[in-house]
Amino acid sequence: MSGDNIFSGLVEEHEGDARWAFGTGFTEALAGVDTTLPQNVNGQALSTYCQMLGDDALVCAQRLTHWVTDAPELEEEMALANIALDLLGQSRLLLARAGQADGTGRDEDDFAYWREADRFRNVCLAEAPRGDFARTIMTLLVLSSWRLALMARLRNSTDPVLAAIADKAVNELSYHREYAISWTLRLGDGTAYSRERMIEAVQDVWPFTGELFATHPVESELAAQGVGVDPATTREEIHGVLTQVLTTATLETPPAFSDGAISGRDGRHTDELVPLLAEMQKVAREHPEATW
Amino acid sequence: MVAVTENLERARTAAAAVNDPELPMLTLHDLGILRGVRIEEDGTVTVRITPTYSGCPALAEMRADVYRAVRAAGFDRVEVRTELSPAWTSDWITEEGRRKLTEHGISPPGRAPARADGPVPLVLLPTRTAPRCPRCGAAETEELSRFGATSCKSLHRCRSCLEPFEHVKEI
Repeated sequence: MSGDNIFSGLVEEHEGDARWAFGTGFTEALAGVDTTLPQNVNGQALSTYCQMLGDDALVCAQRLTHWVTDAPELEEEMALANIALDLLGQSRLLLARAGQADGTGRDEDDFAYWREADRFRNVCLAEAPRGDFARTIMTLLVLSSWRLALMARLRNSTDPVLAAIADKAVNELSYHREYAISWTLRLGDGTAYSRERMIEAVQDVWPFTGELFATHPVESELAAQGVGVDPATTREEIHGVLTQVLTTATLETPPAFSDGAISGRDGRHTDELVPLLAEMQKVAREHPEATW
Repeated sequence: MVAVTENLERARTAAAAVNDPELPMLTLHDLGILRGVRIEEDGTVTVRITPTYSGCPALAEMRADVYRAVRAAGFDRVEVRTELSPAWTSDWITEEGRRKLTEHGISPPGRAPARADGPVPLVLLPTRTAPRCPRCGAAETEELSRFGATSCKSLHRCRSCLEPFEHVKEI
């Protein structure tokens, strides 16, 4: 049997255990994918970039799961949990790529459970308070529209792994955005009360939008090499999308995005991230030898 | 040469017959996620599969099932590789797979939306045609939830026989 096949040990130890999803230590999201780095790509920069995109998805997924057992309707709970699951899947692939690209061999769990808040590189909107349902919908509308635009461009990345992850992510983000749009229309153009809550949600979320279009040096380096995307190039497109959705929802045309500064991408976060991570990392840190 | 072809066929058949853990009436072949089987020069069987969704929790289990099935077919060295691109589409579900879904009361997917290279077009109104009821065949059905018990399914109800049913989403 080939010694380097990660499935070998797995199957030998757990033969006969048909449902082995827990307790095997199986973590490798990119198992069997050709992960050779393309020539002339700075592995360190690529790793940082994958952490940025992976952390956006991971932190947003963790925030969304706060609706589980707490959503207005069972259908919405399933929707938000499913969206979170897709994002978690995207983050697993991206964080696994990050650990290969920088040569450290860190796996997805190392990134998710063992970094402190100031090492997380997600934009602050991902960690922003969940708020009420309208606010969650507004956050999801902005984040999914923005991430969809980034991933649509990343399908042409010169890193084949990033391009493949993006190819899949585009399909998923398309229906995440669709979900957020359908609720924005219902709440905005609904009752006087739902409309009031939606208007508040737009006001609460808007201050976070500037950061999405601020270009980090790593993003501009990788964009120049055709590996990454400069988020500033999506600015007009996203404003167009949000304007169209909000005006169709009979809400006011949103103001222009402010010029945001780099914050979360450099590890400078709001006070929200520490408690979010404390919850997410608790089990892993209390039982460092545990496998699941 | 004949033996090689026979071996390959045996490996392929074993891998193709593995059932999907979430949709157990379908094999990996029916679902269209089996992307290729090869026997390398050193005798290792490599099986390539593709995930349906990035977060599909069944993928790890499918990989182990494929590994086990091909080993049970008499191959000592088996490698299961994940192929991320091109991304899976519900159009790859075979005719046989669609028939099995319907038989089990699950409505099969219609045509997946076309994929263009540029920005994904904005959809403000529902554009999908409602799936037919897999039980009574009625066309009058309504969507209860876009997100069902698994990522790949949505939940609907037939207005004619009033039974709820699941539908495999177009992606």
